[in-house]
Amino acid sequence: MELFVCIKRVPDSAAKIRVAADGKGIDPAGVEHVISPYDEIALEKAVQIKEAAGAGAVTVICFGPAEATKEIRQALAMGADKAIHLKDPGGARGPLGVARVLADNIRARKFDAILFGRQSIDGDNSAVGIIVAQLLGLPVVSLVTKLELKDGVGVAHREAEGGTEVVEVKLPAVFTAQRGLAEPRYPSIKGIMMAKKKPVEEILAPAPSGRLEIEKLSPPAERAAGKIVGEGKAAVPALVKLLRQEAKVI
Amino acid sequence: MAAVLAFVETSRGKLKKSAAEILGEGKRLAQKLGGTLDAVVVGHGVTALAGDAGKLGADRVLVADAEVFKAFGVDAYLKALVKAVAASSPRLFVMAASVVGKDLGPALAAATQSALLADVTSVAVADGKVRVEKPVYAGKAVATIAASSPMVVATLRPNVFVPAQPEDGRSAPVEVVDAGVKPDDLRAVVKEVLAKASEKLDLTEADIIVSGGRGMKGPENWGILEKLAEAVGGVLGASRAVVDAGWRPHEEQVGQTGKTVSPKLYIAVAISGAIQHLAGMRTSKCIVAINTDPEAPIFKVADYGIVGDALEVVPVLTEELRKLRE
Repeated sequence: MELFVCIKRVPDSAAKIRVAADGKGIDPAGVEHVISPYDEIALEKAVQIKEAAGAGAVTVICFGPAEATKEIRQALAMGADKAIHLKDPGGARGPLGVARVLADNIRARKFDAILFGRQSIDGDNSAVGIIVAQLLGLPVVSLVTKLELKDGVGVAHREAEGGTEVVEVKLPAVFTAQRGLAEPRYPSIKGIMMAKKKPVEEILAPAPSGRLEIEKLSPPAERAAGKIVGEGKAAVPALVKLLRQEAKVI
Repeated sequence: MAAVLAFVETSRGKLKKSAAEILGEGKRLAQKLGGTLDAVVVGHGVTALAGDAGKLGADRVLVADAEVFKAFGVDAYLKALVKAVAASSPRLFVMAASVVGKDLGPALAAATQSALLADVTSVAVADGKVRVEKPVYAGKAVATIAASSPMVVATLRPNVFVPAQPEDGRSAPVEVVDAGVKPDDLRAVVKEVLAKASEKLDLTEADIIVSGGRGMKGPENWGILEKLAEAVGGVLGASRAVVDAGWRPHEEQVGQTGKTVSPKLYIAVAISGAIQHLAGMRTSKCIVAINTDPEAPIFKVADYGIVGDALEVVPVLTEELRKLRE
């Protein structure tokens, strides 16, 4: 089983996000980066599938800046066998632009499945995996919480509206990971040592099309200071009154 | 040719609540562009709903009504949308950033080579560009993004845009879209839908959310939150700590690694307010916090707070709200 997992380097979810002086990006000072959590889940699942099969390989593909080498090594330490680093030359790129870079580099390769996280936790688009599937002409199952790949067929549980769907799809196919699919492991010391020797193919991605521009990044609107209505259950009637008469939400 | 084409979702023989938001914003943008608003409805037995889309402002309604659309599947629905785009040639395609829209929006962007602006909270059109505001980093920042592809696909965050009010006398011509989908075209086949306890709305589309945190002390205490949610007509949410501890299912998680929500009313019970949780709910219209610690960060974003033990305060709140209903 040849499995591809696309990962993204993102600021940690605990990071405080400050807008940089140019007003278009974030101030990197003090911001820790990690593999986007849903991508990490996808990666863990791919490694588990490979380990259970006792054969095949997991290739990590990362479109990102030179610094993403750190997240790529982390992925290799978690059990991926090799990596492709698609180096971002800079410039704004929407989900379609990112997906094109990935799809163009995946198209000629052989694989059974491509796994993505359901969304990155920076851009929050939930889009790249689905677009890559379309560009490659492959079926896609999103929001996957359980996955089995066997004999050229994938069976996935998908978190749909109003229930869990059991979806069957012919491989090769694309899956996007939802929480619940797997619990990412901490790399072992041995894994970290081995990761240093695993191959990383580096390819410079082409410049973006320029059809999309990030004009501005702003901090979110501040919420007006609220009020403490009171203490304990005695404050409940006052709260209900405020919700009805002032906020008018009930 | 229309200025804007809006995909409206249906559920159980009705247009979904988001349809009014999508058509309301779609109409406003079509007027800005000096053109008309087309709507597209896809499903099985949905032709009768075309009239409702007309009442909500569509100037023409395209309908793809066939058995193959009975359950949502991206392969089949995408074919219908591509046909609708061919019939409408819009400058802008809008739909909800719902579970369905998050599958279809990207697929349509890929199929039509259009820029995708996902989960946006405002849209403007000027000098040949579509300009949106879109929360990033789960709302820790807001990006202003401009796109200039011939068509732009935008998915609109639920509960943010002003819904259109239905006009009873209004009607719009209906056109049938033959998507030509054959059963063989469906590559991802739904074999089974596993029963779920509730038929509740997805969190991202709920009007009222009652969320519990670690201060609830254990999963056995969730009964009082369920009763509160019932009394106020809301759905349950949870903090990451609670989901990580296995007290609640992950689909209830609100925050940067869960769901980003903007309900009318968000009641945070025994949630301290970690940065990643606040990121996921700070755009709620009204936030109520109940927490024992007056210094908890949740009180900095809450409109109203009660300092106190949730196990004591929540049942009284439920009782008061029940009285209101009677």
